[in-house]
Amino acid sequence: MDNAGPPGIVRAMDHDALIAGGGLNGTALALALASGGLRVGLVDPLAASVRSGAGFDGRSYALSLGSVNLLRALGIWFELEGDAQPILAIRVSDGHAGQGASPLALAFDHAEIEEGPMGHMVEDRHLRPALLRAVERAGIALYDRRAAVAHAADPTGIRATLDDGTEVRARLLVGCDGKRSPTAVRAGIGRMTWGYGQTGMVAAISHGRPHEGTAHQFFMPEGPLAILPLTGNRSSIVWTERADRAEAVAALDDAAYLETLRPRFGDFLGDIALAGSRFSYPLGLSLAHRMAGDRVALVGDAAHAVHPIAGQGLNAGLKDVGALAEVLVEARRRGEDIGRADVLERYQRWRRWDVATLALATDGFNRLFSNDNPFLRLARDAGLAMINAWPEARRGFIREAAGLTGDRPRLLAGRPL
Amino acid sequence: MTATSSIDADEIAKFTAMAEEWWDPEGKFKPLHMLNPTRLDYICAQIAAEFDRDLSTAAPFAGLRLLDIGCGGGLLSEPMARLGADVVGADAAERNIPVARIHAEGQGLDIDYRHTTAEDLAAAGETFDVVLNMEVVEHVADPPAYLAACRALLRPGGLMICSTLNRTTKSFALGIVGAEWIMRWLPKGTHDWRRFITPDELFDMLRGAGLEPVDRKGMVFNPLSWSWSLSDRDLSVNYVTASLRPA
Repeated sequence: MDNAGPPGIVRAMDHDALIAGGGLNGTALALALASGGLRVGLVDPLAASVRSGAGFDGRSYALSLGSVNLLRALGIWFELEGDAQPILAIRVSDGHAGQGASPLALAFDHAEIEEGPMGHMVEDRHLRPALLRAVERAGIALYDRRAAVAHAADPTGIRATLDDGTEVRARLLVGCDGKRSPTAVRAGIGRMTWGYGQTGMVAAISHGRPHEGTAHQFFMPEGPLAILPLTGNRSSIVWTERADRAEAVAALDDAAYLETLRPRFGDFLGDIALAGSRFSYPLGLSLAHRMAGDRVALVGDAAHAVHPIAGQGLNAGLKDVGALAEVLVEARRRGEDIGRADVLERYQRWRRWDVATLALATDGFNRLFSNDNPFLRLARDAGLAMINAWPEARRGFIREAAGLTGDRPRLLAGRPL
Repeated sequence: MTATSSIDADEIAKFTAMAEEWWDPEGKFKPLHMLNPTRLDYICAQIAAEFDRDLSTAAPFAGLRLLDIGCGGGLLSEPMARLGADVVGADAAERNIPVARIHAEGQGLDIDYRHTTAEDLAAAGETFDVVLNMEVVEHVADPPAYLAACRALLRPGGLMICSTLNRTTKSFALGIVGAEWIMRWLPKGTHDWRRFITPDELFDMLRGAGLEPVDRKGMVFNPLSWSWSLSDRDLSVNYVTASLRPA
């Protein structure tokens, strides 16, 4: 960067924006801001080689069309497309373990929306390195193997202190540092959290028969089981159980684990086997009271960690990325100070309603389906059948899940900033 | 800085407090802060089009000398300086000058703030590529004479952006009754509705001053989204114009 600069500007800032956290949202935000001409610094506790060197561990993401558009606009989708599995249909059914799915199933087909597949399954081992390579290509300043341990805001910007003593000045600090966000804590932004007493168990499964690009969501009294298609004869599952039972399942060896899974999974895809490691995540909802503070903005799980039931966690984070990048790039292009409260308020106003609705809807959806009350079962079977019979409602549901509704950030429509 | 060394510490503390007031998005100047992004969007687009600048670059206005008349606390001067322009901020109210100066210094921006008027700058032979003349013309005693001074300040091919309030029943209802009497956004008596100018009258005055009007847009407040936007059709209350000094 040219440090002399034009006559009116005294360069005292190292960056326009400093991002804490080099995960998926942090790297995507760094790329989005850099694409709009902002000078970005990225602080990440892990070494880039650790992040990008991971083999297949079974973790994968159901990316909505909006998220795919964003990755395309950032110029990395072409690297991912070959390894991504398009989701061509979604089937939602209500079931009991060992009895298979209820006959009143809800089915969505991508032929019902003109944009093509409803989304894509992308594996962590492909997505993360692609984002990191792009960060490197974009020349973004990377403070890796370091964490921000303190920051102070003043009328012109923030001064962040890293754990090796480095001091970094920027107009704005963005916390992409997860649901226990140290950035939010330091900025005095509190959060509401609910536990569900449930655990999500994630694993990759290989199966004998092809999945034809269909995603399944079985609602069981203990919690939902999602089966999401990966490339080849593989699927990613999210198996939700009460916390105590999940603990027992986690303690099982792989063979016993598969025995427990089989009656839930069913045999419609042939015989099943493990195709990666098993992960467990306690489920809960965690919402920050605000998405912005004094020269601080929160993105992704730092602002809202939702139940991963509809695969909307990363998608909601990337929507934050698109909205924040658009607000900041526009502000900079009209010469505004990008860390000012009125600029950050625009981001907060844009995302807050969306985030709160998503959290409540996901919460309600889960409570309705994780219940064995016979009247509720009857009501929801009837409800599913109704949605199924009503094409308009179904299209609305698909478009919402695909991230095609609402006041969309430009990047989520695939347009550059 | 010589600018602030001539005033004592108490004065500096007072001016700093006033600067905070000017720049508080929720404070006394909230209506200006709300309007500011829309005004800036218009100004930036017009300058970029006229001088062929790319707004996605780091300092698109580098090399342009710009005058902000009625600069107040510097709400327009600072963004222009951040975009690379060489900015002179002028205000007839003397106390605004140290206030704006202190804030710009804090922001690391080098802006030449002066207690002066358009007429005095013109008499001194100063010239600019761009003159910002925002929400001023409705406050001056003799608009045609004032606009003639503005023309003299422009270099041939230079651009003036001028915004003001239209004289309509709606502007009376919103600008005077709404903004001053009900919302108390502005002190009572800030505006005299009889001095408001219609867009056609302003275009005639601009031409009379030897300028060539090239564009006009409305600035419309939407109470649902609680924000301002530009409009091609609705110039009934606030509006903004662009005009050129022929080369």
